[in-house]
Amino acid sequence: MIPCPFEYYAPTTVAEAIELLERFGDEARILAGGHSLLPAMKLRLAAPAVLIDITRIAELRGISTEGMVRIGATTTWSEIEGHAGLRRAVPALPEAVSLIGDLQVRNRGTLGGALAHADPAADAPAVVLALDARIEARGPTGERSIPVDGFFTDMLTTALQPAEVLTAVVMSPLGAGEGAAYVKYRHPASGYAIVGVAAYVKLTDGQVSACRLAVTGAGPMAVRRSGVEHALLGTDGSSAAIAAAAAIASEGMDILDDLHAGEEYRRAMVNVHARRALAAAVERARSRI
Amino acid sequence: MPVISLTVNGKTCIGEVEPRTLLVHYLREQLNLTGTHIGCDTSQCGACVVHLNGASVKACTVLAVQADGATITTIEGLAQNGQLHPLQEGFWQQHGLQCGFCTPGMIMAAADLLQRNPHPTDEAIRRGLEGNLCRCTGYENIVRAVRYAAEKLRAPTGAASEV
Repeated sequence: MIPCPFEYYAPTTVAEAIELLERFGDEARILAGGHSLLPAMKLRLAAPAVLIDITRIAELRGISTEGMVRIGATTTWSEIEGHAGLRRAVPALPEAVSLIGDLQVRNRGTLGGALAHADPAADAPAVVLALDARIEARGPTGERSIPVDGFFTDMLTTALQPAEVLTAVVMSPLGAGEGAAYVKYRHPASGYAIVGVAAYVKLTDGQVSACRLAVTGAGPMAVRRSGVEHALLGTDGSSAAIAAAAAIASEGMDILDDLHAGEEYRRAMVNVHARRALAAAVERARSRI
Repeated sequence: MPVISLTVNGKTCIGEVEPRTLLVHYLREQLNLTGTHIGCDTSQCGACVVHLNGASVKACTVLAVQADGATITTIEGLAQNGQLHPLQEGFWQQHGLQCGFCTPGMIMAAADLLQRNPHPTDEAIRRGLEGNLCRCTGYENIVRAVRYAAEKLRAPTGAASEV
């Protein structure tokens, strides 16, 4: 399988990439690791006339954990998985990343690419939602920082503007009393999430003072579940409190139905995995006090 | 057409490519390195695994132009001075193949696994080879072959013990 012909550009600065996006408009697609886009192009599901490879832009790659955690858009999964600073600051992220695809996929695939692609079954969107990250993007009018809550607007669709380049993902390191976890029901063949749930919990004086829960795989896009979050706030984070909160995780949620998992089953799995993710996050929050 | 320069198995290779040329096609059809196989062609099976700047990748999901300037190692570059790599020897000794179609990719993936983790448990070997499918062996002997190579690589002067 060979993609349709296209023109290939490999700019070395973000400014050049933005210029190319402005010049070619809808005809152009950004290429990072290519592990979503190239398979789609080989199947001729996508046929962009122009590819703009951003992996030769040095400033887009790398991880910093001094103060805020900052991960450049074209940083690969393998780099995230093996980063000691990230394992201390936001352990749920490298753990979730280790569940993506296989070693070869993780050697090429990138965080920024996955977030911009917004595959409904990707793992990273749920994790960055639970960690309340911000997406940095640069476009013709300058730079902006987008809260990740609201960034995923529909299936394969984000809040990025047409000529914007996603440059980095920024989040706070976890501190005392904070814990986060990601649990995944993995499709045995593809490795994608049938359901994936990421949870973040903060405990203050033994009570849940902050909570975020995000679900991927189950619906057209990764979403926060504010009903669960509110239900857990102010409780002691006991298993009974978690069970009660998780029981409403899929309530009112738009759920996919396909040959891998029917709607009713997926809905049930969202609740089960919400409970497991919250329990793991609370346990970690307790051990970080 | 873009001109790319790769260092493949230690040799500099400069050539013109159409941007849509996949790395695996470039290696097989332009450089005649047919040891790298095409299996599923959908980044699932791992028959096309090569090393790009030292990391294993599926060459069916990399454009040749993306690899411009990179160092590539294929299965043909693994043996040194006529001496099989311990993984090649391991697959031979432990009967890690039947038809052999998956073997080049399996060995290149295993080489990446062993450089990341020189002391893998059987579980780590199985997990590390998640991206490689074999329809013949049932994997048991592949795990043995990788274990054999891990031992041999840890004790480069002595022979690996029979496992």
